[in-house]
Amino acid sequence: MVSQLASNSVQVKRQSPILNIEPSNSWVSLKLGELWQYRELLYFLIWRDIKVRYKQTALGAAWAIIQPLFSMLIFSLFFGRLAKMPSDGLPYPLFSLAALVPWTFFANGLNQSSNSLVASANLLKKVYFPRLVIPIATVLAGVIDFALSFIVLLGLMAFYGIAPTINLLWMPLFLLLALVTSLGVGLWMSALNVKYRDVRYIVPFIIQVWMFSTPIVYPSSLLPATWRTVYGLNPMVGVVEGFRWALLGTNTAPGFMIGVSSAAALLILTSGAFYFRHMEKSFADIV
Amino acid sequence: MGEVVIRLEGLGKKFSINNRQESYKTLRDTLASAATKPFRRVKSGARMDGNHREANQTIWALRDVSFEVKQGEVVGLIGRNGAGKSTLLKILSRVTEPSEGRAQICGKVGSLLEVGVGFHPELTGRENIFLNGAIMGMKRLEIERKFDGIVAFAEIDKFIDTPVKHYSSGMYLRLAFAVAAHLEPEILLVDEVLAVGDAAFQKKCMGKMEEVAGEGRTVLFVSHNMAAVQALCQRGILLHNGTVYTDTTASAAIGTYLQMIEQTQSLNLLERADRRGEGAVKLSKVEISTGGDNGSRILATGRPARFVFHTTRLQADVSFVFTIYDHFGQPLASFNSAIHSPEDLRDPQLGERFICQLDELSLTPGRYRINVAIWSDGVLQDHMEGASFFEVEQGVINGRPIIRGGGSGRVCMHHRWIMPES
Repeated sequence: MVSQLASNSVQVKRQSPILNIEPSNSWVSLKLGELWQYRELLYFLIWRDIKVRYKQTALGAAWAIIQPLFSMLIFSLFFGRLAKMPSDGLPYPLFSLAALVPWTFFANGLNQSSNSLVASANLLKKVYFPRLVIPIATVLAGVIDFALSFIVLLGLMAFYGIAPTINLLWMPLFLLLALVTSLGVGLWMSALNVKYRDVRYIVPFIIQVWMFSTPIVYPSSLLPATWRTVYGLNPMVGVVEGFRWALLGTNTAPGFMIGVSSAAALLILTSGAFYFRHMEKSFADIV
Repeated sequence: MGEVVIRLEGLGKKFSINNRQESYKTLRDTLASAATKPFRRVKSGARMDGNHREANQTIWALRDVSFEVKQGEVVGLIGRNGAGKSTLLKILSRVTEPSEGRAQICGKVGSLLEVGVGFHPELTGRENIFLNGAIMGMKRLEIERKFDGIVAFAEIDKFIDTPVKHYSSGMYLRLAFAVAAHLEPEILLVDEVLAVGDAAFQKKCMGKMEEVAGEGRTVLFVSHNMAAVQALCQRGILLHNGTVYTDTTASAAIGTYLQMIEQTQSLNLLERADRRGEGAVKLSKVEISTGGDNGSRILATGRPARFVFHTTRLQADVSFVFTIYDHFGQPLASFNSAIHSPEDLRDPQLGERFICQLDELSLTPGRYRINVAIWSDGVLQDHMEGASFFEVEQGVINGRPIIRGGGSGRVCMHHRWIMPES
């Protein structure tokens, strides 16, 4: 049958690909090639997310800065001043903001991508496109917020007279690690959220617990060295320590731990992507 | 024409009712339903529970559908609500997956299940054109090339940089349809998008659809508007309960469809389980006709209409309430036998029937449905949604022709104009 259709289309002069619509197997391929074909849609969705976010809120872009900045102020007061938390010999505000900037990117990306499919229910029910585009666009849109808060971080470094080291060149890699982790967990959560709406209440809780499992208010040097590698299974540990190392020159140079963090992040991302694709066929029916 | 571009082989789609209804279930819902349960039982009576569906019941929205469409054919898909038309288009648009069988499509598909998908109220008309275009599968260069045409078609050039939340609903729809109209796919799947907007907009959409159909594109067109199907399509496929009932010319399929509606009207309503109420008195049959000895089943604007309701038994103090809805589900008029007029009559020969007689039907041409409720002693005895359907044909109200698509609104009133001498 396929060959008959194909030979017919040759006669129509233009070669059109034949689209087969069939029930898929339970575990399906990621179809990354198709995702690439839809890169313009990805671009437009990122652009929409950014534009709408800044248009709808009264303070617009300022939110990107306010969130990490206020957390930094509160942490500096309670953990830095009152609890006298060690901070690897750095001023505590700088120590915490260097972690809060990538953390906020991660946490917002995770939170928003978890709700992204449900928020786009109308799209899912009316148009076909690779569904992966939606959570990916949501997480990527957060890069702009990250860039804005990163400028503030550089400003604070200048205030304390700390120059970035040449290791700054490694920073994009740590950002990528945060992005991969955020997207990976976001894929799991967004797909689960379609079926179980409780997920939206669980995500903020996960973020909170995760935050205290990550060396944001405290340095990972508080932990015994033997446990550091296990600690690296939390990819955000690698991200935060990497940021402090690349920007502030702490002696938390990425060693074996960053390898563990990267491996863990990739595992979350691939498993999340496969789970997402597995659930994808039911999205339009139950969302 | 001649090459097969769409081929369906034994296509089927099943839904699990249980899965569908309880998919969002959260702990909170469960607690809430447990808390309100005793009250609901009192309100609806104990009989209610007989209607509860068994857990995990599956329904086939579509089953064993096979047909071929050749290049350049314009096919109308018709059938009652729930016949599977929209599900079929959703499968062909790849929005949802079939449960069995397969479909093959050869050529670039444009699907229009809804206009303006992904429109964001905060974005301007210009921004939404690009966003919506990209969502429907257009490339950026393609949108840039067609941009002026889209704006001209939508007639919104002055407001192109205004956020669409400030648009009137008419402008919004025009813009949404304009983007869709410039898709230029080889195969177009359209689902009832013409059923929105005012008459001028619908006329414009029809014009564009006719243009598309005339260009030799393949079109699958779902509509409840039989006039539109008749005008656009050569071929008609009538779906019934998820299967192909007839596959023939558009006018023959429409004829079969209208016949089918008439037949279901005379069906014994007692076999239907989708009802509420105590059930001491039940609705068994509804007959709708123009009345008189050789009354027709097809009603027309401005002509008499007669609604005859058959009940299972006569009981003192029984009253009827029925409401006419248009095909969007908007209630239009309600009739209550408990509120009397000096013109009401009692006829001992009626038996267990109630008749509601209208001297002049003031509905515009189209399709309508009625919901019926029977009350006695202030208790709801029987309530049925969609107890009957009827079609209203074009007609005349005090000498003024009322034609299909002749204006907005579903009701036409007896009126006269006083005009200056010209």
